Amino acid sequence: MAVVSQSAMTAQPSVASPKMTARDLNLSYGDNQALFDVNLDIVERQVTALIGPSGCGKSTFLRCMNRMNDTIDGVTIKGEVTLDGRDIYDKRIDVVQLRARIGMVFQKPNPFPKTIYDNVAYGPRIHGLVNSRDELDQIVMTSLERAGLLKEVKDRLQSPATGLSGGQQQRLCIARAVAVSPEVILMDEPCSALDPIATAKVEELIDELRSNYTIVIVTHSMQQAARVSQRTAFFHLGKLVEVGETDQIFTNPKDERTKGYITGRFG
Amino acid sequence: MTDMASLMEDRAAAKVISDNLHKPVDWDSPKIARNIKKRYAAERRFKMYGLSAIALALLALFVLAGSIGSKGYTAFFQTYVQLEVTFDAAEIDPDGTGDPAVIGKANFDGLIKQALRDRFPDVTSRQAKRDLYAIVSGGASYDLRERVMENPGLIGQTRKVWLISGDDFDMLNKGYISADVDEGSRRLNDEEIAWYDSLKSDGAVEKQFHTRFFTNGDSREPELAGIWGAAVGSLYTLMVTLALSFPIGVFAAVYLEEFAPKNRFTTIVEVNINNLAAVPSIVFGLLGLEVYLNVMHLPRSAPVVGGLTLALMTLPTIIIASRAAIKAVPPSIRQAALGLGASPVQTVTHHVLPLAMPGILTGTIIGMAQALGETAPLLMIGMVAFIVDIPGGALDPATVLPVQIYLWADSPERAFVEKTSAAIMVLLAFLVLMNGFAVYLRKKFERKW
Repeated sequence: MAVVSQSAMTAQPSVASPKMTARDLNLSYGDNQALFDVNLDIVERQVTALIGPSGCGKSTFLRCMNRMNDTIDGVTIKGEVTLDGRDIYDKRIDVVQLRARIGMVFQKPNPFPKTIYDNVAYGPRIHGLVNSRDELDQIVMTSLERAGLLKEVKDRLQSPATGLSGGQQQRLCIARAVAVSPEVILMDEPCSALDPIATAKVEELIDELRSNYTIVIVTHSMQQAARVSQRTAFFHLGKLVEVGETDQIFTNPKDERTKGYITGRFG
Repeated sequence: MTDMASLMEDRAAAKVISDNLHKPVDWDSPKIARNIKKRYAAERRFKMYGLSAIALALLALFVLAGSIGSKGYTAFFQTYVQLEVTFDAAEIDPDGTGDPAVIGKANFDGLIKQALRDRFPDVTSRQAKRDLYAIVSGGASYDLRERVMENPGLIGQTRKVWLISGDDFDMLNKGYISADVDEGSRRLNDEEIAWYDSLKSDGAVEKQFHTRFFTNGDSREPELAGIWGAAVGSLYTLMVTLALSFPIGVFAAVYLEEFAPKNRFTTIVEVNINNLAAVPSIVFGLLGLEVYLNVMHLPRSAPVVGGLTLALMTLPTIIIASRAAIKAVPPSIRQAALGLGASPVQTVTHHVLPLAMPGILTGTIIGMAQALGETAPLLMIGMVAFIVDIPGGALDPATVLPVQIYLWADSPERAFVEKTSAAIMVLLAFLVLMNGFAVYLRKKFERKW
């Protein structure tokens, strides 16, 4: 069992009191195995970056963490993912509530074709988090403020969200995720569709959000991983190759493949 | 490490290929010039094909509309004859009671006949008299009765009154019967044409807008036949069809598209739905006849049965259109909703359905327009009956617009030819309205993402 020995050798799964953990996670789409024995801990109130070449399984792993893969036909998942020590794949877990606790921001900004206000208000409304219009207003304002968008949109909350620029739309999506007060926010290449200025704004935002939320971000940009994350995990061919402090991964990688990837020799 | 090695090899191979590709191209060579010329010619040809296709379609539309319009527009006008009618008190209300019941039973037909005899006093033979009476429609006496009931002061007076003419007289006035044809081969003899000329020279013949055509039900007398009975029948039928096929169709589409697992069973369902869309409508008519009339004993000729039958026919159209519309909603919207913790049902009702609505409504209206024009299945369930009354509900016997067209096209009287074309115009107007509504709905609900 070469696979097992390799992951045991390179990955450093255990940290003290992790927010989320993955243990021996295997996932396949039909006959196509996409993840092999992934063991990873996510530290609370830190940014964990998942890096690796295209098709290495980092997005798939991210989508396992709020069970978004459930919606795809023919997926089989083995292993365990926990949130605060509870298995999220347990039959007694309510998926809808789970996804409220673990928010997600997608690669392409995907605001609802509604007003800016309704976009942010949607989550609190469906979960019944508010009792009055004032409370809802309060949540919308706070969320937009946290996403650094309030200044730009406060005069046009009732105009369509699709009229915003790409970067603004992505920050709106972050505001929308923040509005339901999640504990963890998963971000799947949130800046890949944005220009450098919008990217800088989102990165700044991620850094601020870290004080309140646990963030896991998938990124193709190693500079971005270096800039925003405290821990970095390197995936290759469906396996978690190496995980550690971001500084250590970028300056002193233990695995040859990690070294090859971050120095740009392949990927 | 083997990964690394193979990657390096791939890169070397890629470099060899790219070196070969980088030979300079002579963009001014005759071969390239020929190529460009050929491409332009192909583009011009393609444009021509498209233009001629559109021209052909427009021509067909023009010929259709032209032939129907030129034949049918005269049906919107009706010939009226002015006669001097004596509202004889002895005939209408001999005892002077003023009781509407007495007046209502009076012989108004006799009054009109009297007026005709007074106008042409030299007509004596029975046959000639019968011809004379045919100048005025049998329905004119009801008009006269209504007029007197409304204004009893007319009794005892003599007034000039416009009366609706009979269909042959109307045809003559509209120029469909020519005096040049040999007397034996036309509907009116020389004497009748002489009467017409006499009335015409007095200014006692004129065409008026034919409101009866829009307010009456069917009749054996062309001048009294109207489209309203069939229009109301169509309305009730379509209401039943819509009430059934829209909710069932949308729920089926949502389930199949959003919730159903992709397995053999759903594949079979899908294939069957697509097949049903292509089943000839007469088959649905036979099914309706067997199930609704023979087994369930629902009333014959009723819009409710017509609607049930047409709903079966419309369902596949609505399901297919709705599925396409639901499929066209970007998956990112579903993911956004699911990612926020919306349940699958919330995702569908809050996001997918509103976004798919324009497509669903367009499909539904196309299905409805199809149902509006459908004849064959309704023949099977008895909606082809001759029905004079305007239906008062979905359980009353009724006919529908296309069946009315079929019935009139089948009638021998010359005057029904223009009625047929006019009914087609009314049906087409309904279709244009419905399709226009579909475009409006699509524009109204369309949202961009």
